[in-house]
Amino acid sequence: MSTTTEPTGAPKLTDELLAFIAEWKSRPGSLIMVLHRVQQTFGYIPRAVAFEVAELLDVPLAKIYGVITFYNFFKLKKPGRNQIQVCLGTACYLRGGEDIVHAVEKQLGVGLNAITPDGEFSFEAVRCLGCCGLAPVMTINGKVYGKLETGQLPAILAKYRQV
Amino acid sequence: MDNLIQLTINDIPVAVPPGTTILEAARAVQVRIPTLCYHPDLLAWAACGICVVREARSPKLLRACCTEAAPGMQITTHDPEIVKIRQTVLELILSTHPNDCLQCPRNGNCELQKIAADFGIRDVPFESRVMPLPRDESTKSVVLNPEKCIKCGRCALVCQQMQGVWALEFLGRGERTRIAPAADVTLEESPCIKCGQCSAHCPVGAIYEYDEVPKVWDALKDPKKYCVAQIAPAVRVAIGEAFGKAPGTLLTGQTYAALRRLGFRAVFDTNFAADVTIIEEASEFVERFARHTGPLPLITSCCPAWTDYMEKRAPDFIDNFSSAKSPHEMLGVLAKTYYAEKLGIDPRDIVMVSVMPCTAKKYEITRSEEMSASGHQDIDVVLTTRELARMIKVAGIDFLNLPPGEADSILGTYSGAGTIFGATGGVMEAALRTAYNFVTGEDLRDVNLRQVRGMEGVREAEIDIRGTKVRIAVAHQMGNVEQVLEAIRADRKAGREPRYHFIEVMACRGGCIGGGGQPQGATDEVRKARTAGIYTDDERCAVRCSHRNPDLIKLYADFLGQPLGEKAHRLLHNHYHKKKAYAR
Repeated sequence: MSTTTEPTGAPKLTDELLAFIAEWKSRPGSLIMVLHRVQQTFGYIPRAVAFEVAELLDVPLAKIYGVITFYNFFKLKKPGRNQIQVCLGTACYLRGGEDIVHAVEKQLGVGLNAITPDGEFSFEAVRCLGCCGLAPVMTINGKVYGKLETGQLPAILAKYRQV
Repeated sequence: MDNLIQLTINDIPVAVPPGTTILEAARAVQVRIPTLCYHPDLLAWAACGICVVREARSPKLLRACCTEAAPGMQITTHDPEIVKIRQTVLELILSTHPNDCLQCPRNGNCELQKIAADFGIRDVPFESRVMPLPRDESTKSVVLNPEKCIKCGRCALVCQQMQGVWALEFLGRGERTRIAPAADVTLEESPCIKCGQCSAHCPVGAIYEYDEVPKVWDALKDPKKYCVAQIAPAVRVAIGEAFGKAPGTLLTGQTYAALRRLGFRAVFDTNFAADVTIIEEASEFVERFARHTGPLPLITSCCPAWTDYMEKRAPDFIDNFSSAKSPHEMLGVLAKTYYAEKLGIDPRDIVMVSVMPCTAKKYEITRSEEMSASGHQDIDVVLTTRELARMIKVAGIDFLNLPPGEADSILGTYSGAGTIFGATGGVMEAALRTAYNFVTGEDLRDVNLRQVRGMEGVREAEIDIRGTKVRIAVAHQMGNVEQVLEAIRADRKAGREPRYHFIEVMACRGGCIGGGGQPQGATDEVRKARTAGIYTDDERCAVRCSHRNPDLIKLYADFLGQPLGEKAHRLLHNHYHKKKAYAR
């Protein structure tokens, strides 16, 4: 497999990831493990890194793309600096999760599964965060906001913008 | 008889060997279970669910294509509930499939259309949900139209398992699943080798040949143009299938006659140029083998899908490649030089049309500047067998009843060695018939080198040329080549003499007779019949060795000079270069 022609400065495998790949290379299931670690490092699977992983694991690039487009967990685009997840699981949906989605969209000026042009926020809907008693729920960078009302959103988002 | 498995299919007792699927067992007792995603070339993938059957003791329905027969099974293949389920599956598939059969390239030979007709589908009760997706025509060889895709998986399995190319993969999931190359590249920028096996296996109109029929009609209509056609060896044994004839029916004369009726001013045979290829390639082999002028093994290069693969995936073998051009390219350059001079035609006015079993030939004609060795593009258009069949039909030619015609002289006569290029092992056999003569000065007493024929993925043989052993290998179906290359790499690494002196590679299963541009529906049964047709043609030829072809002897005497000579080299040879598997 060839390497990519992304401009210099494009993400490259770190030494830590190279060591991880060397350790996992010959074990079954290594591809998923490596891809998880890549996403942990970069927040997504950079195209150039996917090429590198294909070469090092001797796995066809098409197979890697089959995997990373199949699982919603894997991201192909660099996420925003702050990552918002709004729950649309059954409980949150019934308690107005959709209203939260629309309100966040209005606040950010972008739709679901998008990144704001300034790169500050990325925004996605998820299925159940495991705290249905707090419905409707939203998380930002892993911090949980429960029993959420749309009126609270401007203040919450402003806090992250300022950081 | 002991180890046969006893079961019943619709109360009919049947005994089958272990490993037989329910689908195959049913066929043995004349029960046809409908299928859609299943293809005998491929491991069952069980994508569609059309083939479900009931087993008396199983709480759920079983997929006949991928369930092995087991002792005591009592299978029901057809009852009202099963038929209803199959019908619902079909209706769901149809609800995501564009409703434009009349304009579809597969209109009339679509497997989905056929099964919908068999089931008498008159109405689709589900909301239509066709995902708008762009078409990919970037290769100018095969067209990918993912909107028509029914996600049967055949193309991806062919590309990955049979061909080892991995250009295509399922991306996404659920109803958003689509077939595409990885990393947002077009097919042209992907590892695709243009073999077209995806298009030969696609049940619907989602992958098909890049249609250049209109271009040929335009040239034929233009009174200033002098249109010349040539047909490849494998076309003559398969084109009949498009007109209802059995695979392997030899229709060489009818094809010549039909091309003339379409308006071609001259009709040549690629087999003639295959003989020329053999003279050049056998000379190259003897030079390298006896006089050590280049590395061994020598590897054949007449398959453009294989050369594309090698440039992308095995560039360490570039120096092993024969530099001889593929036969139709040789014929193109000879038509625009030798033939044009003889007849006093301006080569600018000649439009060369190659009728090929192959989609990669469409790519080959512009692959490098060397494809314009005559000073003009040597081949102007490549039509697949399927495209020529359509032209013959639209022109109202009663193809099967045509009185057989003849090819035109100086580039039309061929030997049996030229015709067997169409089958796996054929180039090797043809080259050895001539190499034997070049080394010994005599012809083989029996020119039938049966040890290189057959359908095994890789075949090895040792040929005795008067005491000298020539070790050869023949590989077909792209996915089989890697093991041969690995063996040679191991020899190189160990500093050993390579285990083979000469290797033939063809990208498609069975060789060109199984090419990606042939009429759809090829299975091993069909491939065997086409191959038999090719060897019948060989046996019927008065001349069986390329170096005995009288027109060829004249060509070298009057025009080319010596094989591998300066002129031959300039016109008939070319070079290969390392490429990236992904262009970006």
